[in-house]
Amino acid sequence: MTLREFLGRLAAWYRRDALDRDLAADLEAHVELLARELEAGGLSRAAARTAARRQVGNLTGLRERSRDAWGFPGFEALVRDVRFAARRLRRDAGMTFFAIVIGGLGIGASTTVFSLCDALLLRPLPVREPERLVWISNGTSENLSEQTAQVANLEAMVERGRSFEGIAGFSPFYGPGDIRLTGDGEPERVTGVPVTQTFFPLLGIRPEAGRLFDQDEARDGAPRTAMLGHRFWVRRFGRDPGVVGRTITLDGVPVRVIGVLPASFDFEQLFTPGRTADLFTPYPLSPETNRRGNTLALVGRLKPGVTLDAAQAELTAITARLPAGRTGDTWRNAMTPVVGPLRDHVSGRFTSALYVLAGAVAFLMLLVYGNVANLLLVRASVRRKEMALRAALGASGRHLRRQMLAESLVLCAGAAALGIVVAVGATSLVSRLQDTSIPLLSAVRVDGGVLAFTIALTLVTGIGFGILPALQAAGLARPAALADESRGSTGGLWSGKIRRAVAVGEVALVCVLLAGAGLLLRSFTRVLDVQPGFTTDNVIALRVDPVREGSTTRERRAYLDQLVRAVRGLPQVAATGLTDALPLGDNSGWRRWSVQTPELPREETREIEPLVRMVDAGYFATLRIPLRSGRAFTDADVPGSEPVIIVNERLADALWPGADPIGRTLTAGGTERRVVGVAAATRYFSLDRPAEPEMYMPVGHPGGFSSVDLVVRGEVPPATLITDMRAALRRADPSLPTANVRTMEQLVDHSLFARRFVVLLVGAFGVFGLLLAALGLYAVISYSVSQRTQEIAIRMALGASAGGVAARILRETGRLAVAGVAIGLPLSLATTRALRGLLFGVVPTDPVTFAAVLAVLGGVVALAGYLPARRATQVDPGIALKPH
Amino acid sequence: MGDSARLLAGTLDLLILKTLTMGVLHGYGIAQNIHRLSKEALRVEEGSLYPALQRIQVKGWVASESKKTPTGRRARYYRITAAGRKQLASEEAVFQRSVAATTHVLRAAES
Repeated sequence: MTLREFLGRLAAWYRRDALDRDLAADLEAHVELLARELEAGGLSRAAARTAARRQVGNLTGLRERSRDAWGFPGFEALVRDVRFAARRLRRDAGMTFFAIVIGGLGIGASTTVFSLCDALLLRPLPVREPERLVWISNGTSENLSEQTAQVANLEAMVERGRSFEGIAGFSPFYGPGDIRLTGDGEPERVTGVPVTQTFFPLLGIRPEAGRLFDQDEARDGAPRTAMLGHRFWVRRFGRDPGVVGRTITLDGVPVRVIGVLPASFDFEQLFTPGRTADLFTPYPLSPETNRRGNTLALVGRLKPGVTLDAAQAELTAITARLPAGRTGDTWRNAMTPVVGPLRDHVSGRFTSALYVLAGAVAFLMLLVYGNVANLLLVRASVRRKEMALRAALGASGRHLRRQMLAESLVLCAGAAALGIVVAVGATSLVSRLQDTSIPLLSAVRVDGGVLAFTIALTLVTGIGFGILPALQAAGLARPAALADESRGSTGGLWSGKIRRAVAVGEVALVCVLLAGAGLLLRSFTRVLDVQPGFTTDNVIALRVDPVREGSTTRERRAYLDQLVRAVRGLPQVAATGLTDALPLGDNSGWRRWSVQTPELPREETREIEPLVRMVDAGYFATLRIPLRSGRAFTDADVPGSEPVIIVNERLADALWPGADPIGRTLTAGGTERRVVGVAAATRYFSLDRPAEPEMYMPVGHPGGFSSVDLVVRGEVPPATLITDMRAALRRADPSLPTANVRTMEQLVDHSLFARRFVVLLVGAFGVFGLLLAALGLYAVISYSVSQRTQEIAIRMALGASAGGVAARILRETGRLAVAGVAIGLPLSLATTRALRGLLFGVVPTDPVTFAAVLAVLGGVVALAGYLPARRATQVDPGIALKPH
Repeated sequence: MGDSARLLAGTLDLLILKTLTMGVLHGYGIAQNIHRLSKEALRVEEGSLYPALQRIQVKGWVASESKKTPTGRRARYYRITAAGRKQLASEEAVFQRSVAATTHVLRAAES
């Protein structure tokens, strides 16, 4: 069809009524002219008219054939078919609803998982020529802080390496929120990442505003500069390009902003998922930074054409030849460089998990296909008569096939629409997940590529749904089908045996899923019941540590005292405390020291490395952590007085089992201390991790702290307390960031996030599987009933009761279910063992869970069998007696 | 009256277009003309003519306007367009080539 014809047909379609009228007029004129000629030839007027009309022939057919030129008949036929299909499907509302819901959920889940895989594995990283970028780690540890290299080694590799266009890096040893931003607006804690000068140029990042660091700025003692991350710039400075060149105050020191990074580059999503990166500072490569040891995480860009192996070999050779230890002025740590593609470092460890997820979803999709195809087949067999009748009335086999395909197309379109909605919702949820260690999540979305996948999947689904019923429908366009009551023509491809096997398999699968979900749910409730060892009622916390640079320990202690006094003066405050390790908080609190006691030999105490905590006098009372014996710190325990220490129960049991620790001595951090109290054990890292040995020292101790939280317990709920506390603190120190006050309840809730997410995910899969299994059973039993109406009728005619018939059906359903459980139960017992790491307080073979699973399955099975059973009882025994 | 001949498949459009190069006609007139010009051998059925007219009109080879017939009724009168003339030329060439080729085969078989 040419463009001209297309436009012509389109125009004609719009004017079709007028054209139709014209055509009618034309034909009338034609008849008239013809009649006139015939009359001239000798016929009477009436006879001429009749003859003329007869000659022109079947007007209706003529007009219909003419109408074919107006519009697009093929397309219109399709639209008609689709309309009819929609009407037809609406009549079978129940089946349609289920098919669309199941199909939609399946497509939605598949699309979401595809989007996830796309973002993590397929889409190129948002940097220039990512294939040439490599990650150079020092050794093979998984831990980022153990992969770092020393400045001297970096310089050697850059100087002597021929395989690289460049190597750069960043220092991962920064604390989130360590830097105080003051000046215009609310004081805020920000996170700064030190990067080497060539880091951004190496990645090919171009600033959105301003410029990148130059060499002068990356020198020791250079005036302080910083680059802003894009998200921080939008949030704090409202996208103002004028911020470039302006000075901001970080930790009391003026720092000039020289540039802003583009939105396309998300440092934290690539390198440090879960830790925000607000701004970037230059990290000089100098003897000073070299002295700090292994501080840099390295990224390199290979020269074009250089292979990974070549680069690896070269770096290994270079570092092997370097003298380790002190040479003259510098000293160098030995290094074992390990070179790998950057992509592998970023998302490599999730590949297998993603494959498992993709496999699970694909498997689920197969079940969805199987189920819906099953339903459609059942439906098609029920519509045998209708199809045969239509065939007898003139519908061709091809037409009937088109009809069935149209129906499955409509179903698919519905499922696809629902699927896209589900996928958009799910991907936006996933992309907003924070505090996870999964990278690149913000890139998870439904975009062109993902939509193409969805459409392809839908088409495959449509064909999958539609082929079998369509073939069947065409086969039924035979008059024999009208008369044939009993045997259906669905043998061959999709025999009853396969269908039954699928139903049994689905029941087994659901067994496994429900068992897993049930165990995880029970674990979750157990975790909720855990007593953390401290109170969370009306307790809030705020990070208050002062700037470390340029202040003495005494000054810092005085500062903290001032803050505590300001807050303690508030009327609704019941208690205040300070700690450098808030339980369930976001500061790391990993610090451990070795200890010695006079009672035990060194080899034994070396194993016990208690966690170190710096707290003040009010801490235990504020969090209501009971003291099993002895006392808490008092204001008398200041530097200069006798060194004291409080141990927790775990540590006491480890060091002095069965004895009273009060008054004994313990050497920690090089100082001998007297034990003055034993505190109850508390959960620190998470609720499901048992308490560990901890020791507490007064905050004034020179050992120092990296971050300190002020903990406040109030008489009133947190809302009012927070506002008043903020006001009081701002009066004491206007530069203190007070925005990030957390309540202990929030922290507890946050610590449960991952577990809750897993429960929901597995639970969702479980419910979905349950739906599938129920439908699968229903379809199989339903079909079997429809096949055996004759037999049932005979039985009832011979005296079987309705109840007896129903019981038979239910027994058949039960047999399938039992078969499924017989496979599923041992399977789930085997697979739940794999969940052991995630469980808490329940064993993988927990009888309560399994009993519940069986109960749920039993209920669902009964429901699935109920409807066909009821239909069976409604069979008219008279059918048995009708001749055919 | 000459011997009646069968209208060759696919030539109806060709004949209509050719007829319309001789003037503006309505449907009846076209049928009449073809009948006359073929020495009364070809008779075009109304059942084929009118659908064909719609088809070639939609393709842009003819255009129509409403005019009064000799009997006073209004009917659509068709005229050939520039595109139609181009189509006529090419279709006529194709037809001639087919005829020539077929004739060659028939002639060859005879001798």
